[in-house]
Amino acid sequence: MPLLVERRQLVAPGDLLAEGEYLAGDNAYKDDGRIYAQRLGLADVRGKRVSVVALKGPYMPRVGDLVIGRIVDTTLGGWIVDINSPYTANLSVSDVMGKSFSPEMVSLTKILAIGDIIIAKISAFDRTRDPALTIKERGLGKVEGGVVIDLTPTKVPRLIGKKGSMINMIKQLTGCEVIAGQNGKVLIKGRNLKMVELAIHSVRMVEEQAHTSGLTDRIRKFIEEKK
Amino acid sequence: MGESGRKLIDENGLRIDGRRLDELRPIRMEVGLLANADGSAYIEQGKSKIIVAVYGPREVHPKHLGLSDRAIVRCRYHMAPFSTQERKSPAPSRREIELSKIIREAFEPVIFSEYYPRSMIDIFIEVLQSDGGTRCAGITAASLALADAGIPLRDLVASCAVGKVEGRLIVDLNDEEDKEGEADMPVAYIPALDAVSLLQMDGQLTEEEFVEALKMAKEACMKIYQMQKQALKQKYVEAKEAVEEQE
Repeated sequence: MPLLVERRQLVAPGDLLAEGEYLAGDNAYKDDGRIYAQRLGLADVRGKRVSVVALKGPYMPRVGDLVIGRIVDTTLGGWIVDINSPYTANLSVSDVMGKSFSPEMVSLTKILAIGDIIIAKISAFDRTRDPALTIKERGLGKVEGGVVIDLTPTKVPRLIGKKGSMINMIKQLTGCEVIAGQNGKVLIKGRNLKMVELAIHSVRMVEEQAHTSGLTDRIRKFIEEKK
Repeated sequence: MGESGRKLIDENGLRIDGRRLDELRPIRMEVGLLANADGSAYIEQGKSKIIVAVYGPREVHPKHLGLSDRAIVRCRYHMAPFSTQERKSPAPSRREIELSKIIREAFEPVIFSEYYPRSMIDIFIEVLQSDGGTRCAGITAASLALADAGIPLRDLVASCAVGKVEGRLIVDLNDEEDKEGEADMPVAYIPALDAVSLLQMDGQLTEEEFVEALKMAKEACMKIYQMQKQALKQKYVEAKEAVEEQE
């Protein structure tokens, strides 16, 4: 019952990872006692569980995820939001306005216009219906300024780092506010243009070098040098 | 006999382009070259040149086409008007519609489409220059584009044709061998499942020849499969090496 890969080894779809008593974790599947990779990524072994940390992939909504989305349309009772996933999300008016909303008095686009960027949380999602969003918590709602940049959704955990080590380091060194949406949209806000640029460059470094080790130290060095 | 009346296999057992009977054309693959697509790949196999873009999983339009239990897969195989000697009408021909369908069916067994219900995955295969074997090279490149898009796959699909020319079986036919030869049999093979997901044939082979041809096709597919794996990993290996060099 051999394990055929090392931790952090680069694997492609169809690569044989292990045989026998192992379990298939994320991005891996078991067929006839053999475990294969489903995606291009880095192998990961935790006990008997063999999985793949994917390097690329679409964003699949999960309840509780923080996402950054763009309003694309309005309906009778709310907004349709592009959250960079196979499904568009719905944001209901009652979630934004409370009970006092009357459609004949207020136009929905006065509250959130098409094209507006919002920070929201996924409040409900199952495979049968499109995800629902909420902006009721603190820190959520319309984004008033800053830059939104793209990151492959599967690399967001890498940007955040262990217990937020990476993202906190970038925030601290650049003095910028960095908010990472789980859907691969990263909002960067800061007063100093040069620092914003450094923060953007750091995210780009995560994109390009997510599969290498010692990345946090390399980015720290990069920011300190350019500062 | 070839177009000019010359033999397709010479006395040394070499083909018109100097290949041995079981030798593939030179193959070059590149992954992730289109910024707008979710996944993309480019392949050159001999003189055939093909680019593939994959979009999705994305929302289905019109919505009623979507399925509630899995993603739908759509495929368009298309030859550019300038891809052949004579201008080809850009409108999809009977042949292209058929190939689009069978290529889609070649991928359905490997895509975990049940992960993305009510969505669709689009595969666009654009033949830029054609010299035979474009459906096979298209499948080979489309596998890479799907993997590049991060779509979960059971395995990559590798594809290659085997044919008969002057009574002998040959691998990876070019345009002239396809047109002048006695048989042409494209095969798409899924190594991890040990399954064939596409098999067509025109011309005639005896039963023994068919069995031998299938064996040769699998061997050729395995060679292509190794190249696919390498092409996929290449970009990341290079990035890693560049980083290690810095330190």
